[in-house]
Amino acid sequence: MLTTNKTPLRFAAVAALAVASTFGAAAHATDITGAGSSFVYPVMSKWSAAYAEKTGNHLNYQSVGSGAGIAQIKEGTIDFGASDAPMKAEDLQKYGLGQFPVVVGGIVPVVNVTGVQAGQLKLDGATLADIFLGKITRWNDPKIAALNAGLALPAVKITVVHRSDGSGTSFNFTNYLSKVSNEWATKVKFGTAVEWPTGVGGKGNEGVSQYVRQIKGSIGYVEYAYAVKNKISWVELKNAAGNVITPNADSFAAAAATADWASAKDFNLIMTNAPGAKAWPITATTWVIMYKSPKNAANSKVAFDFFKSALEQGQQAAVSLDYVPLPASLVSQIEAYWASEFKH
Amino acid sequence: MPATETAIPATDILEQRSRRDARHERLFRWLLLGCALIVLASLLGAAGATLWGGRDAFGTFGWRFLVSSEWDPGNEVYGALVPVYGTVITSFIALLIAVPISFGIAVYLSEVAPTWLRTPVASAIELLAGIPSIIYGMWGLFIFAPFFADHIKPWLTSNLGNKPDDGKLSWVAEHVPFVGKLFGSDYPFGASILVAGIVLAIMIIPFISSVMREVFQTVPTRLKESAYALGSSTWEVSWDIVLPYTRSAVIGGIFLGLGRALGETMAVTFVLGNAMHLSASLLDPGASIASTIANQFSEAVGLQKSALMALAFLLFVVTFIVLLIARLMLRRLASKEGR
Repeated sequence: MLTTNKTPLRFAAVAALAVASTFGAAAHATDITGAGSSFVYPVMSKWSAAYAEKTGNHLNYQSVGSGAGIAQIKEGTIDFGASDAPMKAEDLQKYGLGQFPVVVGGIVPVVNVTGVQAGQLKLDGATLADIFLGKITRWNDPKIAALNAGLALPAVKITVVHRSDGSGTSFNFTNYLSKVSNEWATKVKFGTAVEWPTGVGGKGNEGVSQYVRQIKGSIGYVEYAYAVKNKISWVELKNAAGNVITPNADSFAAAAATADWASAKDFNLIMTNAPGAKAWPITATTWVIMYKSPKNAANSKVAFDFFKSALEQGQQAAVSLDYVPLPASLVSQIEAYWASEFKH
Repeated sequence: MPATETAIPATDILEQRSRRDARHERLFRWLLLGCALIVLASLLGAAGATLWGGRDAFGTFGWRFLVSSEWDPGNEVYGALVPVYGTVITSFIALLIAVPISFGIAVYLSEVAPTWLRTPVASAIELLAGIPSIIYGMWGLFIFAPFFADHIKPWLTSNLGNKPDDGKLSWVAEHVPFVGKLFGSDYPFGASILVAGIVLAIMIIPFISSVMREVFQTVPTRLKESAYALGSSTWEVSWDIVLPYTRSAVIGGIFLGLGRALGETMAVTFVLGNAMHLSASLLDPGASIASTIANQFSEAVGLQKSALMALAFLLFVVTFIVLLIARLMLRRLASKEGR
């Protein structure tokens, strides 16, 4: 009788203590806000959950798109912005901002061609650009056949599927096409949205993959993680070194490692068409943009602490979401950049 | 205490009351004016804000913004022709399909259907009107567009189009001008101007038909029964008595639906194909004003953002012109009535 009476009492005491400690933590916690790229949203939320558990500081990340993220950090309404395209050096200078990469991911061409399984089709940059320019119109075109000896390709018309919304994925994909095709570089150029010479536009990764699945003979491009999860046939690409590369974490990491970060001021380097022998040619990163001498120093300090733990301990979480950790050499360059450029 | 009340002369009480009434009347008038002004202010505010936001685009491209079919963020050249054309043509197709069907639904429910069926069907239609547009968009993308591509489009291209799969031009495509162009397409997929029009039609049918049904019920039974007594058929009563009696309200209902079709964003973005190319074919992908803004706004900066704002202003202009045409049509019908 006595013991049964005690248990709820003890329970109540523990509960009260727990509540008190949560409130105590909340009183000291600093909430930071960031906004921008939707590409990093999944890993940001995973990192922020882990960070909140460890320190009690919460991160509120709004996945509003890179352009909006940059606009908001320029207005100073958030503690950091995240963008799939780097800001130009003169813009960073003008607003007193600095930027650094946080995570690496890959973009893969995906196809729906009868009889072609994932990884069977091989393309090079020039051929891919000609397809997206609408110059190669059938799958049995001699240029494609020359790269795929032994693969039976049907005489089906090629339908190009591109992103209809402005996106970092399109930015990196068109940037790659500009590097490998002069015609693309002069006619279409690169950006989050371009005037696509041919094809149909799907909204988001899911829109593109839905069209690719529906349309026989189609080719599109999505984030690697998306292609893997949805089992769409991806394509192998010949990289700048002339090797045919399979898209996976290793080849993305190879691209990040061989990119010439050391001579890129403010990490202003787009790593498509990276020179490494094993580098996947359409590898992308997302930059975090912050004020060099922030108005709200306390928040900024927490943000740096957050990214420090994300870069040093959070990379495993990134791997589980099919992102690629930054190479150790790059992490140390980023930390040196923090020390020299930022006041915190 | 009651003695002091009776001390005040009756005329004073009356005067006081009438003064109070006049004050309330004035207050009520101001209140009503305020309500009306809010609408006007938000309209002017939205139009003004989009015009102001689009000033860079209008200033840079001038009239070419309206007539150019180029939308090229890479080279910073923008023209509104493709999205404006897409908006107008998809809404037009939607009306072409939705108006006759809505009329049929409304006549059936107000004249033909057994009484026990009327209320459930009417509530079902109102329920349809409440479905969010994203759901129509998903249905269009996942179910209707593939079905259209597999079963309807091949028939249209081979029987009406100028680019049939087997290379043999059909009689219609050869002899009737424009039809071949309207139904010719190289693309093997469903998402297109026609599919967007059909999905929009399904979306606006509940609006138009519930307004029509509502106003058809206001027609005095006396009129209808007189017509029936003179031997009119149901069709004659609907077409010659009910419709003329409710004409202006019916047109109002149609334009309510048209307004929704012109501004519809999510559903159209999913099924229109989002290609910035001008094509005469209804089976080719296109773009609308609202879908272009929804697609590109989040990542747009500088001139591109301004061009999108300018597009938003053009949507105001298009809607305004359409409403103006509606007004003129009503006036012409009314003047014909007089003769």
